[in-house]
Amino acid sequence: MAAKLRAPGFYRAGWMMVGGALFATALTWLVRMATGHSTFQHFISPDAILSVSLLAVPLAFLIGIGGFDYWFYWAIGRPTRPEDHSSHGAYTWKDYFRINTDHKVIGIQYLVNSFFFLLVGGLLALLMRAQLAQPGSHFVDANTFNGLFSVHASLLIFLFMVPVFAGFGNYVIPLMIGAPDMAFPRLNALSFWLLPVAGMIMLGSFFAPGGAFADGWTAYAPLSVNAPIGQTFFSIGVQFAGASSIMTALNFLVTIITMRAPGMSFFRMPLLVWANFATSLLVVIATPFIAASQFFVLLDRALGFNFFNAAKGGDVLMYQHVFWFYSHPAVYIMILPGFGIISEVIAVKSRKPIFGYRMMAFSLLAIVGLGFTVWAHHMFTSGMAAWIRIPMAITTAIIAVPTGIKVFSWLATLWRGVLHLDTAMLFALGFITTFTLGGISGIMLAMVPFDIHVSATYFIVAHIHYVLFGGSLMTIFAGVYYWFPKMTGRMYDERLGKWHFWTTFIFVNLTFAPMHVLGLQGMPRRVATYAAQFADLNLFISIASFGLGATTLLFVYNMVTSWRGGPRAVSNPWRALTLEWQVSSPPPIFNFDRLPTVVGGPYEYGVPGAVHGIFAPAPAPTVAGAGAGVVSAPSQ
Amino acid sequence: MSRQRSLGIAFALAVIAVAIGVVLSYSIHWFPVQASVQAKNTDRLYHVLVLASIPIFVIVVTVILYSIWQFHMKPGEELKDGPPIHGNTRLEVFWTAIPTVLLLGLVSYSFVVLHENEKKPAREIQIGVTGQQFAWTYQYPPSVTGGAPLNSSQLYVPKGESVNFGMHSKDVIHAFWIPAFRLQEDVVPGITTHYRATAVRLGNYPVVCNLLCGLGHSLMRSTVHVVTEAQFQAWIKSQVTAGSSTAAAGSTSSGATG
Ligand SMILES: [Cu+2]
Ligand SMILES: [Cu+2]
Repeated sequence: MAAKLRAPGFYRAGWMMVGGALFATALTWLVRMATGHSTFQHFISPDAILSVSLLAVPLAFLIGIGGFDYWFYWAIGRPTRPEDHSSHGAYTWKDYFRINTDHKVIGIQYLVNSFFFLLVGGLLALLMRAQLAQPGSHFVDANTFNGLFSVHASLLIFLFMVPVFAGFGNYVIPLMIGAPDMAFPRLNALSFWLLPVAGMIMLGSFFAPGGAFADGWTAYAPLSVNAPIGQTFFSIGVQFAGASSIMTALNFLVTIITMRAPGMSFFRMPLLVWANFATSLLVVIATPFIAASQFFVLLDRALGFNFFNAAKGGDVLMYQHVFWFYSHPAVYIMILPGFGIISEVIAVKSRKPIFGYRMMAFSLLAIVGLGFTVWAHHMFTSGMAAWIRIPMAITTAIIAVPTGIKVFSWLATLWRGVLHLDTAMLFALGFITTFTLGGISGIMLAMVPFDIHVSATYFIVAHIHYVLFGGSLMTIFAGVYYWFPKMTGRMYDERLGKWHFWTTFIFVNLTFAPMHVLGLQGMPRRVATYAAQFADLNLFISIASFGLGATTLLFVYNMVTSWRGGPRAVSNPWRALTLEWQVSSPPPIFNFDRLPTVVGGPYEYGVPGAVHGIFAPAPAPTVAGAGAGVVSAPSQ
Repeated sequence: MSRQRSLGIAFALAVIAVAIGVVLSYSIHWFPVQASVQAKNTDRLYHVLVLASIPIFVIVVTVILYSIWQFHMKPGEELKDGPPIHGNTRLEVFWTAIPTVLLLGLVSYSFVVLHENEKKPAREIQIGVTGQQFAWTYQYPPSVTGGAPLNSSQLYVPKGESVNFGMHSKDVIHAFWIPAFRLQEDVVPGITTHYRATAVRLGNYPVVCNLLCGLGHSLMRSTVHVVTEAQFQAWIKSQVTAGSSTAAAGSTSSGATG
């Protein structure tokens, strides 16, 4: 038992979390005493203890499960083992529940964790639709309702959309570029474990006194500054999720820049790698801004800094500028990796090279650059200086051009191909359709007079769900079906998959299309009740949304049963050229038993005799004896 | 079927789809009534945007459906690949340049509308708007009342007159949205924000708080009464004489339309 308590794992995490809570209590007591509070009368401030605990307990958990062990060894001068692969790979299901440095295990951890929060976030949406099925209903009260949409958005953005793509990237990127693992495997492990922590903090806010954070995922000050303690769960939860994003993005950048196989020039990289490269640039530059915005709120709340208190010289609009400086690029963080997935799927399933490969890569970089110049289009009605609207409207319109290039290039790739219309391809084609609609409404929103009318209405709700559900989630489903054989070594049920696609496609449109009309007609978002004139459409939307929720069951059933008992997958069921399909399904523990050399482009379908990568002849016996030493061992 | 024939069919269907889209876009009642000059301009902008969008969406969907129809894998093609076409510079330049021109055109037109909607008229009256959790109150300055300033929970505006709303908040951010006018702006603590509206249609229209401001946000509603100039003056007079204790009117919300 004593050994268990000392070794990294959940037991050690347990007692350390208790320690974290005690530390938080003691610290707040001491600080309050030192600042003049009576020692015994009001030494306990639940809010203060909770605020500090929200930082201390999760950190204690991360230390407890061993997220920092290696660095602590190094810091105190204990011997470290740079060639240590003891925590690499998964042999039983239990290996998925510990610090694991294998990018393939981490990729699965990311994906499963993300889908768990997708289901939770979706369930919260259904509760909202139950409330909104008719005006004036009392299914939940106003405070709960505000909590529902706030936690719904926060979970789906910070615990699903952003990390699910990091999950794909984690699993696929090293395989695609011919690397044995990510550049920083321990950082990678830590970045994953920050996510369940962030998710539990956000979900835990429902149990906070005063209820969950209820000011929307945008948490506009000064409302968020004066909100009950639940708001702190958001401010701090975002820090953990954001830290995870940054770590992963740095890891992707270094891995992609430094660990490509011989011959893998930038212009031989698959577009999924390009997409994650671009996304990681966005994450690294933008994420600190949302961290800052929430720290400002935290400091205002906990210590009275008055950043956003107008009466004390604070600047209310500053919050929005800092917040959107992250949260607009975040939209691209949540779609660019999806563009990468679609490029893979469309090229392989059309049996043709990607049309205009270089423009596809450059358009990603153009989006990264332009993505930082449009944030104030979320603030056309905010009361900011009027002139800012002009340049921001122009850049917002122009950023549609690189996105358009991608759509047209995919269409041209389809042209004269041999289309394999399986589930992944259907999701890719469905994505292009619904995402185009989301893109069109986005362009409309760039037009200031129109935006002035529909800003913060159900038109916005419709737009964002066309982009994120009809767009991003479709790419995610395409990616799951596409790489499922590689990740699990099993085939999924194609018939169920197609059912999943068609039901999803239909119900997405039935659910979200009518919301455009509601917004134009004058229905605001984030309301628990509404005028009687909107009743019919809302009932229709609620019914459709339950259908949409039900389609997820098809997906979950297909995934679970196929993973457990689907037919065995061959190494390359789609006859794809990219490197991840040239190794077994699932891949060997260090990815490549023989080092790949890249000799051509990734999408040379139809080119007679073309190959993307070749494998070096089996290594000489002396080298093979070193086992994993064939590949340069990753170290921090 | 020859490639030419199938392309012809697809083209014809696409043209029909565009036509249906255009007809639909004019037959659907997208908006509430147009009660202001600004509403007319904004609605026209919306229709132009929809008209520009329909062909783009139809092109995308047509290419997808045509590809599914013509290029799906047929029996015996399991191992066949498509032709190795890597790109076409002229085509790529085309679909970069055309959307750029189209988008710049649309955004320029939107600036014309914006300017039209916001320009300062020769004559305008000022009305103050105060947002607080969870009610609106309105301030009519001496220039409007011709006497003491008036504070009221009711919003009356004269038809045909440009009104400049000056908005401020007592607590958190709200948004002052009049859907029938197609106008809104946030009401922000610490600063005064503005917009101009010229009402052109008599009637009562909802005023909606459109920025989450707390528990009562869903119910933070009021009404704008668009009346004739004479009715407006009469109402002002009745309010001013209704009692010197009009200050009390601000504390309760009578805008129970929501
Ligand atoms: Cu944006
Ligand atoms: Cu409000």
